[in-house]
Amino acid sequence: MIRKMITVGALGPLLFTAGAALAEAVEDTLVVNEDIEMTTRTDAPEHLSDALDEIMSGWHFRGTETRAMQADDFDNPGMIFVEQARDDWSEVVGTEGNSCASCHDEPESLAGVRAVYPKWNEAAGEVRTLEMQVNDCRENRMGAEPLKYTGGTMQAMIALISSVSRGMPVNVATDGPAESTWEEGKELYYTRTGQLELSCANCHEDNYGRMIRADHLSQGQINGFPVYRLKNTKLNSVHARFKGCVRDTRAETYKPGSPEFVALELYVASRGNGLSVEGPSIRN
Amino acid sequence: MELTRRNVMIMGTGAMVAFGLPMAANAAGEDLIEAFTGGAEMAESGVTLTAPEIAENGNTVPIEVDADGASEIMVLALGNPTPPVATFKFGPLAASHTASTRIRLAGTQDVVAIAKMKDGSFAKATKTVKVTIGGCGG
Amino acid sequence: MAKGVRPRVKVPKTASAGEAITIKTLISHKMESGQRKDSDGNKIPRSIINRFTCDFNGENVIDVTLEPAISTNPFFEFEATVPETGEFQFTWYDDDGSVYETSKKISVE
Repeated sequence: MIRKMITVGALGPLLFTAGAALAEAVEDTLVVNEDIEMTTRTDAPEHLSDALDEIMSGWHFRGTETRAMQADDFDNPGMIFVEQARDDWSEVVGTEGNSCASCHDEPESLAGVRAVYPKWNEAAGEVRTLEMQVNDCRENRMGAEPLKYTGGTMQAMIALISSVSRGMPVNVATDGPAESTWEEGKELYYTRTGQLELSCANCHEDNYGRMIRADHLSQGQINGFPVYRLKNTKLNSVHARFKGCVRDTRAETYKPGSPEFVALELYVASRGNGLSVEGPSIRN
Repeated sequence: MELTRRNVMIMGTGAMVAFGLPMAANAAGEDLIEAFTGGAEMAESGVTLTAPEIAENGNTVPIEVDADGASEIMVLALGNPTPPVATFKFGPLAASHTASTRIRLAGTQDVVAIAKMKDGSFAKATKTVKVTIGGCGG
Repeated sequence: MAKGVRPRVKVPKTASAGEAITIKTLISHKMESGQRKDSDGNKIPRSIINRFTCDFNGENVIDVTLEPAISTNPFFEFEATVPETGEFQFTWYDDDGSVYETSKKISVE
């Protein structure tokens, strides 16, 4: 299907008319550093095929300048935090005298990891997010304090781990021991909550591409997390975003790191199976 | 409220006071331009200001200024609480009189770039940038 | 000294004599504008990088005066002429008196 390229400029007049204005996702390709080719649009995964034909990265829903900022690691301010995390990576902390490098060598050795998280951890008997795994390493292998889940230091590390997987397709397991967690996440995704009685699907599946006031609704994919948001000029985590979305429906929101959000993250990640890992990405 | 002439005048003054802020900023902007140019005329061409028509987010708006033969370019955001944004002075090793940066805009407003040329003349460019507040998480 | 301030610059490694090159610079800095209020309603004082300069072998390329309207993590892109092999010197001046510096060598072939 050929879509016309609609620049944000041309949409200008549309945005201020009453009612929902349809603003198509932009036709464009993302190649980072003239080197990493990103798959930002692809066929929807099997489990989603009755709801969506095509899945698209949030990149397609942002303006021209924002999309361009992500195409170069220098222009992308999220990469400053990746650099900071590289320093943290080699720093010895905790009682065991280890740094991340002691076991993991170079950050590049973790290529492919981000693409399959969240995933089932046999020894722990639970689905783990990357943040949970980082803290597990810190507490049990390094004898160090856990990092705040949505804090800057943790998210910089998640951004580093994501950055070495960029271009690789997201591929989280939805079956096997992770299945019940995945089902839980799916149920959360489709349940209406809050005073506004909205479910994730109401916006991100039923109305992506439309404007919600001045915001261009995306499919709510998380392949680009952690995200450097222009709005707060820092890296934002998946759970912080979930918390915000739930709060925006005027519901009691869950805590980052909670089992509900872990399940939701697994489910939402699976909706993006096939898209490239983009994190750290840039959004509004 | 009864629409007597007196009431309308009071309402009008009230409105002026309420909207005084952007007017004050505009006046401040005018003063800064005056101080920079010394009251000289500004040509309508000679400096280009590139900015998005609609800012993705007012907190980080990419802009570019370009003025061939300029020694200095001053950028003002006329609708911000304080209009000054940046002043670029080009040294002998500047290959072109161009600079890009990212700025904060408090709301929809005019952004102005004034270039001071090497020959002492001035040029001005204005761009209206729309800044919106998002619907959800924006 | 403001916390966690980290400069980054992008300069090509080589150039031909007299060539115009593009330089990009970024420094991680909050750029507290002085407009924000804390949870008690008190204004958080301004604390920004107020000046940035780039010199090459002692000669000036660009000198920027920054105001609070420059976004967090100030970014600049500009062009410089490279007459000979040498070193670019980048300097950022903070309201609190700190000075951050970094340099990059370039060779002319």
